[in-house]
Amino acid sequence: MKTYDAIIIGAGHNGLVNACYLQRAGLDVLVVEKNDWIGGAAVSRELTPGFLYSNCSYVCSLFRPEIMRDLELPKHGLQVIAYEGGAVLTQDGDYLASYRDHDAHRREYARWSPRDAEAYERYARDVTRQCRFIQPLLMRTAPDPTSFRPRDVSELVYLGRKFAGLSAQEMAEMLRFWTMSISDFLDEYFETDVIKAYLALSGIIGTALGPMSPGTAYVLLHHYMGEVDGSVGAWGYARGGMGAVTRALADSFRASGGTIRTEAEVERVLVKGGEAKGVVLAGGEEVLGRLVVSNADVKRTFLKLVEEKELPDPFLRRVRNFKIRGSSGKVNIALDSMPEFPALPKDSPCLRGDLHFTDSVERMERAYDDWKAERWSADPFLDMVMPTTLDPTMAAPGKHFMSCFVQYCPPKVDGRDWTDADRDAFAETVISQIADYSPGFRDRIVHMEVRTPRELEAEVGLTEGNIFQGELTFDQLLFNRPVPGYAQYRSPVNGLYMCGSSTHPGGGVMGAPGRNAAAEILRDLKKPTKHMSEAHDVI
Amino acid sequence: MAKATKSTSARRDAQAHIEMLRLETPFHPRLEALSQQNDWYTWAGYKAPLSLWDEELEYFAIRSQAALFDISPMVKYRIEGPDAEAFCNRLTLRDVAKLKPGRVHYTAWCDENGHVLDDGTLFRLSADRFRLCCQERHLPWLMDSAIGFDVEVEEETETIAGLALQGPTSFAVLRAAGLDGVERLKPFDLATFPHKRGTVTISRTGFTGDLGYELFVDARQALSLWDRLMEAGRVHGIRAIGYTALNRARIEAGFIVANADFVTAEHAVRADRVRMPDEIGLGWMVDREKGHFNGRRAILKAREKGALRHVLVGLEVEGNVPAEHAIVYHKGKREVGLVSAAIWSPTAKRNIAIASLDRPYGDTVTDDLWVEIYAMRELRYVKLMKRARVVERPFVKLARRSATPPGDF
Repeated sequence: MKTYDAIIIGAGHNGLVNACYLQRAGLDVLVVEKNDWIGGAAVSRELTPGFLYSNCSYVCSLFRPEIMRDLELPKHGLQVIAYEGGAVLTQDGDYLASYRDHDAHRREYARWSPRDAEAYERYARDVTRQCRFIQPLLMRTAPDPTSFRPRDVSELVYLGRKFAGLSAQEMAEMLRFWTMSISDFLDEYFETDVIKAYLALSGIIGTALGPMSPGTAYVLLHHYMGEVDGSVGAWGYARGGMGAVTRALADSFRASGGTIRTEAEVERVLVKGGEAKGVVLAGGEEVLGRLVVSNADVKRTFLKLVEEKELPDPFLRRVRNFKIRGSSGKVNIALDSMPEFPALPKDSPCLRGDLHFTDSVERMERAYDDWKAERWSADPFLDMVMPTTLDPTMAAPGKHFMSCFVQYCPPKVDGRDWTDADRDAFAETVISQIADYSPGFRDRIVHMEVRTPRELEAEVGLTEGNIFQGELTFDQLLFNRPVPGYAQYRSPVNGLYMCGSSTHPGGGVMGAPGRNAAAEILRDLKKPTKHMSEAHDVI
Repeated sequence: MAKATKSTSARRDAQAHIEMLRLETPFHPRLEALSQQNDWYTWAGYKAPLSLWDEELEYFAIRSQAALFDISPMVKYRIEGPDAEAFCNRLTLRDVAKLKPGRVHYTAWCDENGHVLDDGTLFRLSADRFRLCCQERHLPWLMDSAIGFDVEVEEETETIAGLALQGPTSFAVLRAAGLDGVERLKPFDLATFPHKRGTVTISRTGFTGDLGYELFVDARQALSLWDRLMEAGRVHGIRAIGYTALNRARIEAGFIVANADFVTAEHAVRADRVRMPDEIGLGWMVDREKGHFNGRRAILKAREKGALRHVLVGLEVEGNVPAEHAIVYHKGKREVGLVSAAIWSPTAKRNIAIASLDRPYGDTVTDDLWVEIYAMRELRYVKLMKRARVVERPFVKLARRSATPPGDF
C-alpha cells in the first residue's frame, strides 16, 4: 500500500498553499477534501446557470504576494483587481463615500465634518505605524516564549528588539491599540457617527464582538495589513471569484506533481504510538502518510479527527476553550440587472466597491446585542459588494453577482439549531434592508444562496461558521494561537501538523499559516526551504 | 467648541465634488489660457502649473521683472476671537504679543513632544483676528489646542484666493494698479486696499527672497484681481509663472518646504523622521520668555540634555551639477545626511543645496563634507564625489527685498 510523504486534510487555501510548498520541496503530497469541490472558504461555485458566486470569502487583500510569486499563481490564472471605492448609505438619504483619491477622500469626509476630514491624516499614520510593526511577523513562526531553543530565543530577541526599538510613547500606544475597542480607538480621532461606523467595520468583521468590545481595534489592523500589488490596505476582487485563488493553487499543486482527492472526508487521523500515520476516510479506507497536516480548524482537528486519548489533558482543555464563535452569515444573490441606489450618484465608483447601511457605531453595537441573545440581528450590518462591476467573468453582461456578508448571525438560534425557516427569515431580514435603499431590488433577484453558521459548518467545515477559524483577539494571537505551547504548527501528536487559520497569523485569505507550517515541516524533515521567499521587506 | 453637524441638504450640495478629482483654483481660467506648456501638477488637491511657458525663463521673471504665482491651494485658517492672541501664542513658537495688527511673521508650531507640525505665516489682520497659512492641514490640532480659549478656528482655503507677486517691478505693478499706499508697506507689513466692491489684503511677504507681495482676496473677486494686476503690469514685464521657477527662487532664498525638506510630525510614519525646530533651522523662533506654548518643555529639555540629533544646513557644492537627494559624507566615507533640495543658482552663480545632517556633522564638525552626486547622462550614471561647504542661508541676499520705500524699477 502506498504511503504518501504528507497528507493534507482539506483543500482550503491554506491546505493548498501548504501542499504546494511541500510538493515543491520534493515530497509526495496528497490533499484530501470532503466536498466534491475544492477551495474550502475560498471558493466560487455556479449554483445557478450563468452566475459564479464567491460563496464564502468575497474580497482579497491579505493573500501574501510572496506566496503568489513562489507558487506561480499568476501563471495559473490569479489576478486581483483593486476596487474603486465604497460607501455607507445613511438613513437620511445621503451617504459617506470612501474614495481612492486622497483629496477626494478628504473632501468627502469634509462634507460631514471639516475636522474629521483633516483628522484622517493622523488616523492613517497611526494605523500605518501599527501595520508596519505587525507585517513582518506574518511570515515568521511565532516564537515559543517557554522554550530555550536557540531559534525561539533569537525570534524572541527579534520581537523584543522590535518592541524595544519603540519609544515609551509608542509602546504605550501599541499596548492600548492591541487591547482597546475599535469604538474607543476611533473616538480619539473622529466625531462623526457615520465616519466612525464605516471605519469600525473592519474591527468587527468575522468577530463575535461588538465595536465597543475591547480587542476589536486589533481586528481592524488585521484587515489593513494586506495589499493589492504594493498598495497597502487596498482590497480587490479575485478575477473569477475567490475560487480563482484556490483554483490557481490547485493547478500549481498538480503541475508540480501533487494529487488531490475530492469526496474524501477524513473520519479520523490514524495515530499509532503517539505518531500520525495517515488518515481514515469515511467508509473506512485508510490512507497512509508519513505526516498529516490539518487545514481544518483547531477544534475540528483535535475534537473530531483525533481520539481524545492521544491528547494531553491541558491541551484538550485549551482547545475546547478556544474562542471560535460563529458571528456571521452570507447571502449570495444573482441579479438579472444592476440594482439602483438612488442615494448614490449615477455610475458612482462606490458601486464598484463595498456598500453598507449601518451608519452609526451604536447601531452596530445594537446588532451585536441581538447576537448575545442568540438571535440574528434585526438590523444587521452588511458588507456588500458586486464583483461583476469589475469582473466580466462571473456573470453575463448586464447581470450581476452580489455578495452580502451579514453580521451578526449566531451559531444557534434561541439555544436550538437553525431550521430552514430560520434561514429564510434571516435572508428576508437582509433583503428587506437592501430593498429599503434600492427600490425594485427584489424583482431583480434570480437566485439566492443563504448561508448561516449551520451551512458554513456543514459545508465548509468551519466550526460554528467562524470565518477566521478562531477569533483574532490578543489572547489568541502570536504564540498563543491556537493554544500556548503549540503555536508553531506542531501538535501533541508527532507528525500531525496544523496549517489552517486557527494558527498564526490567523484568518482571512492570507496563505501565511499554510506557508509558515510548510517551513516548520520542512525544517523537521531537514529539507531545504530555498523555494520559499522570505517576507518582503518593510522599509 | 461644539462639533459642527452639517445639514443633509448642505451635504447633498457638496456631493458632486467627486466629479472633479483635482480642483481648479479661482484663477484657473486665466492660468489655463496662459498655459502653453500644459504642464500641471497636484498641489494639495488643486491643479497647479509646474510651468506655463518656459520653466527656465519664468525664473528670470522673478529676478528681473514681476512674476505672478497662484498660491490659492495654500491651506488657510481663520483664527478669531478675544483670546486669539493668547491662543496663537500657546500654539506657535514665536511671541505673538510682539506681532502687532498689520504685521506678519514666519513661524512654526509643534506637538507636545516638540516635533514640528508645520511652518507657515501668521497674519495679524486685526487685534483679534489672524490668518494662518501653511502647507499641511491641522484643523483637529488647532481645535483641540483652542480648548479653553475664547476663539474660533475656521478653515478657509477654498473661500480665499491668493496670489504672490514677486520680483523687482512688483511694487511698480501694484502702484500702476492704483493700490495707493502700498509704498508704505515695509517687509512683513500688511494692509487692506479697496478692490471692486470689496477689499484685497496685501502683505509684503513672499517665498522668493526678492521684493514681493502676497495678495489675498475673496475667491469670487479672484479673476478681477488677476486682470487688474496683469493689465497694470503689462509695461512692467509681469509674467505668470509655475512652481518650478518659484522653487528655484525659494531655494536661493534658503526657505524650507514642509514634507520636502523635513517630515512633519503628523505625517511621519517612521518615528525617527520627526524634527524639533532646532533640527530644521527654526530654533531662532523658540521664545522661551513668552510663557508656555505647545512643545516648550520638550524643546527646552532636549536643548538642556544635548539631545538634538539633526541639523539643517545650507551647502555650497563644488562644480555645477545639482546635488538633489544626494547622500552627504564626512571624509568621503561616513554617511552623515541627505540633500533635500539643490539647484545651480543663476543669481549666486553657485551650486547650492539644503541638507539635513546628523549632528555633530553640520553643527560642530563642518570640515571635510562631501556629497555623492549621481548624474544620469545618456543612460549612464556619472558618479561625482564633490566637496561641500556649510554656508549661511539665504544663498542670495537682495537689498531690494527689504528696501523701504520699495524700489521703483
